[in-house]
Amino acid sequence: MWAFLGSDCLLFGALISTYLLLRNRVGPSTSGPTAADLFDIPFTSVSSFVLLMSSLTMVLAVTAIQRAEMETCKLWLLTTAGLGSIFIAGQVYEFTSFYREGLGFTTNISSSAFYTLTGFHGVHVSVGIVMLVTMWVLVSGGQIGPERAETIEIIGLYWHFVDIVWIVIFAVVYLIP
Amino acid sequence: MNTAAVSDEATHDEHHDHGLSDVGYIKIALILGVLTAVEVATYFWDFGILEVPSLLILMVVKFQIVVSYFMHLKFDSKVFTYIFVTGLILAMLVFAAMGTSMVFWQNPSGCDISAFC
Repeated sequence: MWAFLGSDCLLFGALISTYLLLRNRVGPSTSGPTAADLFDIPFTSVSSFVLLMSSLTMVLAVTAIQRAEMETCKLWLLTTAGLGSIFIAGQVYEFTSFYREGLGFTTNISSSAFYTLTGFHGVHVSVGIVMLVTMWVLVSGGQIGPERAETIEIIGLYWHFVDIVWIVIFAVVYLIP
Repeated sequence: MNTAAVSDEATHDEHHDHGLSDVGYIKIALILGVLTAVEVATYFWDFGILEVPSLLILMVVKFQIVVSYFMHLKFDSKVFTYIFVTGLILAMLVFAAMGTSMVFWQNPSGCDISAFC
C-alpha cells in the first residue's frame, strides 16, 4: 500500500502542478471565468473539515477492530463512509454551481485543469467509500475479525492519503491567492 | 505469570507501540481542526505578506500530523517512510520540472505554452 501511495503522490503532484501552471490562463481562443473566480471558500472549508474528521473516525475504526470491538468498528466504518459521502455531495454541488455560472470542463484550460485535479480526487474518495462499505459488509459477515485488523488498517492508509491530498489541494488551490 | 497475562501484556505493548489511544487521536483531530480554522481565517482577514508562507506552513504541519499519527508512520518501520517520502520528492521534482519548462520554453509572444498559443 505504501508503494501505491508513493506512486499516487506522483499522479497528484502532476495534477496539482498542471493546475498551478494553468490556473490563471484561459487560452487564446477561449474565455469565461476561472475556477478561482467562483470559489466559495466557506462552503469548501466545511467540506474540508468533514473530510478531516473522517480521518479521525477511520483511525477509531482501526483501533476498535484491534481491540476486537466489532460493533464499534462497524459504526466508525459507516461513519467514515458517511462523512466521505457528504464530502462527495459537496463536490457535486460545487461542480454543478460552477457549471451553472459558466465554468464547464472545456470552457478554458484553467477549468480543465481544475476539474481534472478535483475530479481525480473525488474519484479517489468515491473508491474509498466503496472500500469502506465493503469492509463493513465483510466485518458484519464475520469474514474480517480482529486477527485480520491489518486489512482495515490498509484501507485506512488509503483513506488518510486521500485526506492529505485534500489538505494540499485546499491550501494550494483554494486558499493561496 | 500465566499465558493469558503474557498475551494481554504483549497485545497491550503492541498496541502502545503502534499508535495512540482513542483520546490521543481525538486530541490530534482537534489540533487539526484548529489549524484548519486558522487556515480559513486567512481568507477573511488580511495577513499581508505572511499569508502565503503561513498557509504553506499550516499545510505542511497538517500533512505531517496526519501522516505521522493517523497513518502511523511515526510508529512504523522507517522503510515505509522512505517509500512514501521518495514519492513525495518525485512529485516535487515533477512540479519543479514543469515550472522550469515553463520558463525555458516560454514563447516570445508571451504565451507560456506553445501548444496553447
